[in-house]
Amino acid sequence: MVQPEQFVSTQIDDPLVIGGVAYRSRLLVGTGKYKDLEETQRAVAISGAEIVTVAIRRTNIGQDPDQPNLLDAIPPHRYTLLPNTAGCYTAKDAVRTCRLARELLDGHALVKLEVLGDEKTLFPDITATLAAAEELIKDDFQVMVYTNDDPIVAKRLADMGCVAVMPLAAPIGSGLGIRNPYNIRFILDEATVPIIVDAGVGTASDATVAMELGCDGVLMNTAIAHAKDPLRMASAMKKGIEAGREAFLAGRMPRKRYASASSPIDGTFF
Amino acid sequence: MSLSILVNGQTKQVRAGHTVAALVREMALEGRRVAIEINEEIVPRSRYGEHQLEAGDRVEVVTAIGGG
Repeated sequence: MVQPEQFVSTQIDDPLVIGGVAYRSRLLVGTGKYKDLEETQRAVAISGAEIVTVAIRRTNIGQDPDQPNLLDAIPPHRYTLLPNTAGCYTAKDAVRTCRLARELLDGHALVKLEVLGDEKTLFPDITATLAAAEELIKDDFQVMVYTNDDPIVAKRLADMGCVAVMPLAAPIGSGLGIRNPYNIRFILDEATVPIIVDAGVGTASDATVAMELGCDGVLMNTAIAHAKDPLRMASAMKKGIEAGREAFLAGRMPRKRYASASSPIDGTFF
Repeated sequence: MSLSILVNGQTKQVRAGHTVAALVREMALEGRRVAIEINEEIVPRSRYGEHQLEAGDRVEVVTAIGGG
């Protein structure tokens, strides 16, 4: 008999490796849209995420110097901060943002590149994304790139040297779940770097579906921050990701059209 | 003599010879984690003390905030 303690979590021996660094958690979270910094800090802690996205913006002129700051709540020595280029509509603005982020975080090279094409859908501008990725990689950034669920583009971004490719599941902040699992599967079939679903997850089962498809991780923000109870949803997402990963590794049973009895027919006494 | 510069999009008057370090102090950002670019070029933290502002400089002072 196998002793119960031999059943260990897959989280320990199944790391997510990005840019040569191994992470235990496959859930990546954003820090936007929370009620306050305390809620941000608690939700991030409960989620178990190790990679945490932040935005780069102007400081408020004349701000109260004693006012708490995001980097006090999410300290760079405890988390891997992932500065994003959210709000950038040109390759140039995205590259500028990454360079400022690298200076801000003492030479930290990991960035989340997103170059948006349209305000309504927040879909990526792929030509600008490719141009920015090329420039950033040349400048020794480690680029995790937000993209469409387009397998051809995903492969090109990986071939260029992006350290992770992050297709959207559905529009940013929409909570619609994985709209095109078949495309995500195509992307996974050709993957040479981690594939992380970024954007569109609404609830824990969406995250589980992404992981069951074989994605390496999921990045989310609104699904936690805009839940009625963000702290409980952070916990739910952590479990959803772990369940999906384990189910993927376990390998699901084949689907069948008809029933198959779970109890043996032999030995019935009736 | 005073110079006119733009800091985060707002006009500001500073003395000739004013350094980035002095500007950071005035903005009460000393010791805070910020990054600065002037005319779209990064000014490394190590150079705040020596980098003097010039008329018409466009200064951006940024930090990390919540985002996804």
